[in-house]
Amino acid sequence: MNFDQARFGDDTRNEPLLSEKDSTAVDPGENSALPDDLTRDSLELPQISEPELARHYTRLSQMNWSVELGPYPLGSCTMKYNPSFADAVAADPNAAVHPDRDPETVQGNLELLYGLQEYLATIGGMDAVTLQPPAGAAGEFTGIAVAKAYHQHHGNDKSEVIIPASAHGTNFATAAMAGYDVVELPSGEDGRVDVEALEAAVSEDTAALMLTNPNTVGLFERDIAHIADVVHDAGGLLYYDGANLNALLGRARPGDMGFDIMHYNVHKTFATPHGGGGPGAGPVGVVEELAEFLPRPQVRQVGSDGGALADADDADDAGDEADTPEYELFDPAHSIGKVHGFGGNWLVLIRAYAYIHRLGDEGLLDASAKATLNANYLASLLDLEVPYGPFHHEFAATAGDRDAADVAKGMLDYGVHPPTTKWPEMVPEAMLTEPTEVENKRSLEDLAHAFNEAFADTDEELHAAPNKTTSRRVDQTSAARNPRLSWHALGDEE
Amino acid sequence: MSGRTSGPTGSPFAPHTADETAAMLDALGVDEEADLFDIPAEVAFDGEFGIPQRDERTVRADLAETFARNDDLTEFLGRGHYSHYVPAVVDDLSSRSEFLTSYTQYQPEITQGFLQALFEYQSMLVELTGLPIANCSMYDAATGLAEAALLAERVRSTSGATVLVPEALRDGKRGTLDNYVDGSDLTVETYPYADNTVDLDALADLVDDDTVFVYAETPTVTGAIEPALAAVGDLAHENDALFCVGSDPVALSLLQEPASVGADVVVGEAGALGLPASYGMGLGLFACKEEFLRQVPGRLVGKSEDADDRRAFTLTLQTREQHIRKERATSNICTNQAWVALRAAMHAASLGPEGLVALAEDCVRNAESLAADLDTVDGVTAPLDSHHHFREFTVGVADAPRVAVDLRDHGFAVHVLDDETLQVCVTDLNADEADDLVAAFAEVIQ
Repeated sequence: MNFDQARFGDDTRNEPLLSEKDSTAVDPGENSALPDDLTRDSLELPQISEPELARHYTRLSQMNWSVELGPYPLGSCTMKYNPSFADAVAADPNAAVHPDRDPETVQGNLELLYGLQEYLATIGGMDAVTLQPPAGAAGEFTGIAVAKAYHQHHGNDKSEVIIPASAHGTNFATAAMAGYDVVELPSGEDGRVDVEALEAAVSEDTAALMLTNPNTVGLFERDIAHIADVVHDAGGLLYYDGANLNALLGRARPGDMGFDIMHYNVHKTFATPHGGGGPGAGPVGVVEELAEFLPRPQVRQVGSDGGALADADDADDAGDEADTPEYELFDPAHSIGKVHGFGGNWLVLIRAYAYIHRLGDEGLLDASAKATLNANYLASLLDLEVPYGPFHHEFAATAGDRDAADVAKGMLDYGVHPPTTKWPEMVPEAMLTEPTEVENKRSLEDLAHAFNEAFADTDEELHAAPNKTTSRRVDQTSAARNPRLSWHALGDEE
Repeated sequence: MSGRTSGPTGSPFAPHTADETAAMLDALGVDEEADLFDIPAEVAFDGEFGIPQRDERTVRADLAETFARNDDLTEFLGRGHYSHYVPAVVDDLSSRSEFLTSYTQYQPEITQGFLQALFEYQSMLVELTGLPIANCSMYDAATGLAEAALLAERVRSTSGATVLVPEALRDGKRGTLDNYVDGSDLTVETYPYADNTVDLDALADLVDDDTVFVYAETPTVTGAIEPALAAVGDLAHENDALFCVGSDPVALSLLQEPASVGADVVVGEAGALGLPASYGMGLGLFACKEEFLRQVPGRLVGKSEDADDRRAFTLTLQTREQHIRKERATSNICTNQAWVALRAAMHAASLGPEGLVALAEDCVRNAESLAADLDTVDGVTAPLDSHHHFREFTVGVADAPRVAVDLRDHGFAVHVLDDETLQVCVTDLNADEADDLVAAFAEVIQ
């Protein structure tokens, strides 16, 4: 498999910057209705024609990798195909309303939000869900804030959050943002939580344990029921990081495992486009005792205290106006307040709802089946060693005495996006790989070919890679040492 | 060719044929996919969600029916969530799958396109704010403000801990700020407005050695263009506090550059460009002074060179970020609003400086014109303050909640602030209905 990426421009640079195509300065105050002292003196920005604009962004798009171009097996990112119908649903002009509309006038939006709350609650085994957090890390922050509010409400003074060393970096940053001290838990020899170390780490200071299951090398924490007991016995709460939920759809639910709080990365698990780095959405589910601390407002059916999934199904079948449920907003009794200016990333929530609605039980169950089948099949084809196991949706191969980042650069010339490299640290020179369910056998074999060919290349060849991409190896050191972060900063150097 | 593994009931997006699945299972030495799962029986889920599978056409029909339940109202709503006409070319170009279905640019060699687009977005914000550093996005204006306050705590040179914000701050911004600072040593206090803008005398009494951060908005939440920004900045700096300005890129095209009035940080809602009405979804802009570079939250794209000495772009200064620095990161943000930032940049580029300024001028002229027209209606006073306005302003009426309900019956949505105050917002999208709104006011005010 070979790969050549589009490359435009001249010998010194690719597609010109907008500012290099044209830069026009205007004096905004010149003909303004406003007095001089309220207006700026100058605004200098590109002023180009629409054909030039179309060509510019089309060219930039051709210099970019995406799921629709090929495999994107970044571990823990769950880059799977994003079905187009969900985009069409999200573009419905009737859904494009202002957030300050009277709830009575946006019953359609509230119906979808309520339905998504119910879907997520039942998929996660949770009792109540907020859709407000605008990304996974924002969900973590919301979940930990809920835990903190719960402890404070019960007069429990807790200062620590326990996090396995292999956890996502967001877990550590989130706990610190919420004002907790982080207690890092080393991994056991089998790559899972070291239960003895956990028992030693918990104390009456433990506010929560944050855990991903399967963990970041795809291993299911088989002792989860015991882990939950250990944390609960110490008066702590168990937090589920939903980044890897794709592996468990229809097979295990965080609520059944003893988790009290979880976030869902709906853009991952429920396939909404990642948009070059967002938007995502990170709804948070909690068990009953924590529901009153969720952000405000929540959506419920009029005349109910929250509702159950059965009500949502009734809504589906309602043909008769009189049976159509009405929805309203309410503030949970001890709400932590707001974690977003409005209600979160609405257009992502629509896509997540549409995706779940489309797949249903059977589709969701098959997604986890094929995600796990694909990860195991791909791992079996690699010449690289894959420690630990058995794993689910992702695995961390090790490049051994080779540099994982270099192997990744070598892979680029084979027409695939490489895996996440050098993380988690529990696997030396890790190549964390998550093919997801959307690759077929042939595609996985091509991916394995790219891995194996790059791995077999000499160090010298790898250092010279990539060769067929828009840019060859990019110097990240000089970018950090000498930051040039806008076209204003380029100045004389070009 | 054989059919798909699980027939019509499996995932429609798993491409395996039955033969392929069988061959893969065989290679792994298991009989079925379930054998690959390592889940103890005590925590396994063997129930059903009860969610039926639907075909694509049904899903679209179901959701179209759902959204059709929303009332069709002409919205004169703003207060932080603004809609302007987004050119069709922005929808088309931003929907190209190479942008839409890509992810964070961890491998710069094959993601130059998005990196350059984000570099251009950063550059536009640098121009609009006058500050040299802009990041690739926060979630929205509220999280941008909250992150700015946390930045102030990291860089503060005083021992103080007070964050000062206007009392008239939107609830969502204040609530988000409260949550973000809850784990820090900061405390949030408010300063009063007078005549819908900063009450400078009252603020002067409140700012002291303990103040680390002073936040002011222009336009304010009620649309007044703040005339005293420079004086607020002076008060902040005289007390060694950071001065943060909240605005949006359309307003910034016309109004004083925040840097020229002493802003150390600029935050705000950049979704005013590129993002249609989206029920509150946003794009947080964040720009600051160079000296805070290594304390900035979020992603930064920088210029570099590749092995052939050609210009190239890359994510940079990642040692600030959570995936490297863990609990010592400047923020926990990972997934941000990159695609929305792309759309904002496209919208700005499609307008150019002349188009942006013209759009901003319309925001002033339309608001002043609508206010003047409403003021001619007996029983209506508009605007309720003496300032210039951007998009929106407050309106005095007797029994405001009743008036709003009656306006709704005429097909209009406006804000209700209290028993005697409404707020209306006019942009290029609803300006043609402004006369109808005035007529409706005249009908419902008896």
